[in-house]
Order: sequence, then C-alpha cells, then structure tokens
Amino acid sequence: MGITPNSELRIPNLSVDIAGLKLKNPVMTASGTFGYGEEYSEFLDLNRLGAIVVKGLSITPRQGNPTPRIVETPAGMLNAIGLQNIGVNVFIRDKLPFLRQFDIPVIVNFFGDSIDEYIHAAEMLSNAEGVHALEMNISCPNKQAGWIVFGTDPKTMEQVVTAVRKATRLPLIVKLSPNVTDIGLMAKIAENAGADAVSLINTITGMVVDVKKQRPVLANNTGGLSGPAVRPIAVRMVWEVYKVVKIPIIGMGGIINANDALEFLIAGARAVAVGTANFINPNVTIEIIEGLEKFLIDEGFSDINEIIGSLKIS
Amino acid sequence: MSKYFKAKTVDNISLNKHFRLLNLSPLSDIDIPQPGQFYMLQTGDTCDPLLKRPFSIFRHEENSLSFLYRIRGKGTLSLSRLKSGDIINAIGPLGNSYPVPDGDFIALAGGIGIASLLPLMRKFKERAYLFYGARSKEELVMMDEAKAVSKESFITTDDGSEGKKGLITDSLMKFFNSLPITHHPLPLYACGPTPMLRELYRIIKSKIQNPKSQIIECYVSMEEYMACGVGVCLGCVVKVRSQEPVDSSQKWIYKRVCKEGPVFDIKDIIWE
Repeated sequence: MGITPNSELRIPNLSVDIAGLKLKNPVMTASGTFGYGEEYSEFLDLNRLGAIVVKGLSITPRQGNPTPRIVETPAGMLNAIGLQNIGVNVFIRDKLPFLRQFDIPVIVNFFGDSIDEYIHAAEMLSNAEGVHALEMNISCPNKQAGWIVFGTDPKTMEQVVTAVRKATRLPLIVKLSPNVTDIGLMAKIAENAGADAVSLINTITGMVVDVKKQRPVLANNTGGLSGPAVRPIAVRMVWEVYKVVKIPIIGMGGIINANDALEFLIAGARAVAVGTANFINPNVTIEIIEGLEKFLIDEGFSDINEIIGSLKIS
Repeated sequence: MSKYFKAKTVDNISLNKHFRLLNLSPLSDIDIPQPGQFYMLQTGDTCDPLLKRPFSIFRHEENSLSFLYRIRGKGTLSLSRLKSGDIINAIGPLGNSYPVPDGDFIALAGGIGIASLLPLMRKFKERAYLFYGARSKEELVMMDEAKAVSKESFITTDDGSEGKKGLITDSLMKFFNSLPITHHPLPLYACGPTPMLRELYRIIKSKIQNPKSQIIECYVSMEEYMACGVGVCLGCVVKVRSQEPVDSSQKWIYKRVCKEGPVFDIKDIIWE
C-alpha cells in the first residue's frame, strides 16, 4: 500500500508570535469593539481567536461623554465614548475570571490621565492572573502637562512608555495615534523606550456638522473615525512603520474581511485587529480567520509568516 | 438568546408615503422575541450605510418576523429598497422586554412608537386602554389594528384630521383626572418621541407627589443611536438614577439602551 497523503498536512500554519505571545492565528479584536469578551461569547467561540483585546481600562471607573456619542459617516463611524469603563479593580474581580476559561491570550488595553496613573494601572494588571499582555492607549491627554496628548508629542510619549516599561514585565504593546505628522518616528520612539510591539492605527480625529443646528453632531464636538473609510490610511501607516522598526506590528483600521486583513499583513503587520466590523457582523473575526486560511491554500503558501511584509515595491 | 442570522425578504410593503412593513423569513432557527425587544437589521449591501439599525419587533409568527418602520434617514431609505427574495443579516432578539401586565394596562404610543407596543397589546388582547397620537391621520399607522385589539382607545392628531385635535398626553391627563383618586392605577407602557415621554414623566411625577394617589408603574421604551446593539460600543447610553454612581458628585450612571433597556422604568431615567 502506498502512502496516502494526509490532508491535515496541507493545512497551512496560521500561528504567529507577537512579543513573546503565541497566537493561533493573527486575528484579534480591537479594544473598545469587543467589550470584555462576554458580550460576544454567545455569538462565536472565543477560543478560535488569535487573541482578545478588551475595552480600555483606567485606575478609576469613568462615566464617559454625554450623548450623542456616535454618528455614522460614509463607510465609517465617529465615536466619542469618552473612555467609559468599569475600572481596573472591577475588571479583575468581575470580568477576568470569565476570560481565564479560554485558551487564548488576553491583552488588556489601559490608559491614564497622568504618568502615575499609567504606572499604577500597569502594575495592578501585571499582578492579575490571566492577563497576558498590556496594550497602552496613548491617545489621551496628560493633565499634568497641559493636556498634551501623550501619543502625539514625541517627548511625552517617550516618558510615559519608558515609565510603563519599568512597571511591567508583561509584553507591552503601544497603540499609536494616527493624528501625527510622522508615525514612523513615533513607532521608533516607542521601540527605543522598550515597547515589545506597536499596534496601529487608533482612530483618526474627525467632526460631523448638523447643518440645520449649525452644531457638531457629537456632544464632544469631535470623535474618532473608524471603519473602512480609514483603511487605506492605516495600511499606508503600517507600511511606514514596518520600514523603521524591528518590533512586531499589529495592524488595524477598517478591516471587514480577509482581503483587508491580508493588505495589512503584506504591508508588514504580524497580526491584525478587527474593530468596527464586529458591530456589523459578530462572527466576522471567525470568517476572516477562515478566509486567511483559504487564501494561503489557494495561493500555495504553507505558512502565514511567508506573506508578512511580503510587499513588493518597484 | 440572541442570534446572528440571515433572513430572506418576503415583502416590503409600502403603507403610505411614510411607512413600510418589512416581512422577513429567517433562514435558520431563531429565538422567540418578547414584546419590546428589537433586532439589528442590515439595511444595504454596501459600506454606506455601514452599521445595522435597530428596529422593534412588530410581529412574530412561525418563521416570520415583521418590522414596521418609517423612512427617516439613510438607513431606513436603504431598507425601503429591499425587494422580495433579498437576503439580509440580522441580530436578535435583543434587549429586555415590557414587564408582563397583571390585568388591564395603558399603552401610550406616539407615531411609529406603536410598532413596539402592538405586540404587547396583541398578546394581552382587549386589556389595553390605547392612547395613540400622531401629527395627522396618515401618520396614525396601524390604527385600525391597534384599536381592534384594545379595550378602549383614545386618538389624537396635531391637526385634528383624526380623533381629537391636540396632544395625546392631554387626553391621558384627562383620563387620569376622570378616575377617582383611589382608583387602582393601571400600569402604563409608552413608546414615542422624547417630548411625549418627557411630558408623560411630568404627569407621572405630579401624580407621585400627590400623597393620595397610588404609585403608577410606568415603563418607557427608549431610543438612542447605537452601533452594535449588544452592549459593547457604549454609544446608546441614557442617564439613570443610581445609589452607586461612578462619580460621587452625581446621583446617576449611564445605562445601555441596547442591553439594560430599551425598556426602563420612567422614574429611573433622568429627563433633561
């Protein structure tokens, strides 16, 4: 009898390594679009995800902004939720036990109003069982330094990343703001300050005007733009960052299908995060994972790592 | 349990220039919706509109879901273009539902608000005192069915083209005043525009403040912009009174219309 080909051997490898984390596949959820995991667990098997990134947390709970907080825009949406969250303590007590039952890395997004708050949150989360990595949201203002946004000022960003690096041994991901002139420079600063990975892009600041009232639609006046509308900007920024840093990149911005995810991977992202698309299709992450696998099979790749950063520039 | 499912458009009937009735046939098993619950419906097949829109369940029958809607913006305009046979994605049933009334009850509907209340009135046939107001006769959508399942009905229009001319909350006030103050109060269920609900709150509050009158149970279905419908985007929050506020200088917290709502006790909402 001859050797029968084992069909399992032909299933391509989808797993990737990010900052010491081993992901089953490169698809994770974007912070703020997937709650604390529980909300979507009735729609999909969380164990199939590459990783889960939970809603951003601060040391103390936050009420968030007044409404309207969201408005739809062509192929996108603006949000100004105002970082409403339950706080680090309640998260550890009430939400983390649920997440511990899954066999996937839990990445916790966090932020602060000051460097001290960042340090404090990072320390508490690092001591909690079941947190596998931290993602720093640096797109918020520093109240100790004249409300300069941490992530748009190179010096402030360097200070806060350096401080958090000393406060945690967990893999540290810095989530970059696109509201800067040179995102490559910001990524480089994060890398030099000790980040294990960068994720990009956070939302792009925008505004929608109600012409009859001559007022902004959002109570906060401005909000962060997400959805397919931002995708080409995000892909371009991932490519720019890929050229200047050695640490892994998590790419995000308007991904709604496997083809979109592939654009990011080819441009240099080692993993991708899906955000706004979860709202439209709770099962979208699973469909993207299946779509990636199909692409690799159809195109004759045996490992997803073969296509990461494979962009050909003439 | 809510589900993400595909559904086939059976028909999408134009009732008049404002209103349509969309009948969907789910392509997989779905859970039975309760009166007051809603679905997130895909309204188009491009990225614009991008997000699903929330719609109250209007009627549920075996393997069929009906939604009554008014063409108001991009989403509902896009929904109005669905043709028989078109397939859309939906999520639901979502949110809480109207608490079950013990006996007779009052249903207060403003315009398209009738869509959310009719399932309750149908389920508890001839137990509702219906108060239904709209701008004009043609905006009193589904009035005949609503009257037919009610015990008694009171109709108003702003222009007097049907029923009494005036506000439906004025009719409700008169009804309250016609009852002896010791009359056992009927639970009240309301859905409609915010000015109507605010006026209802004023009426309820004045009754509460009268020591002789009994407490009225009053439930309102709230509306807010929402992106996800399942509690994660935190777009659809309303201010609700709380003993354990996030900020100790306040006496309220934000609750999600999609998850803790859409039905709230009117006394819990902070009406601004």
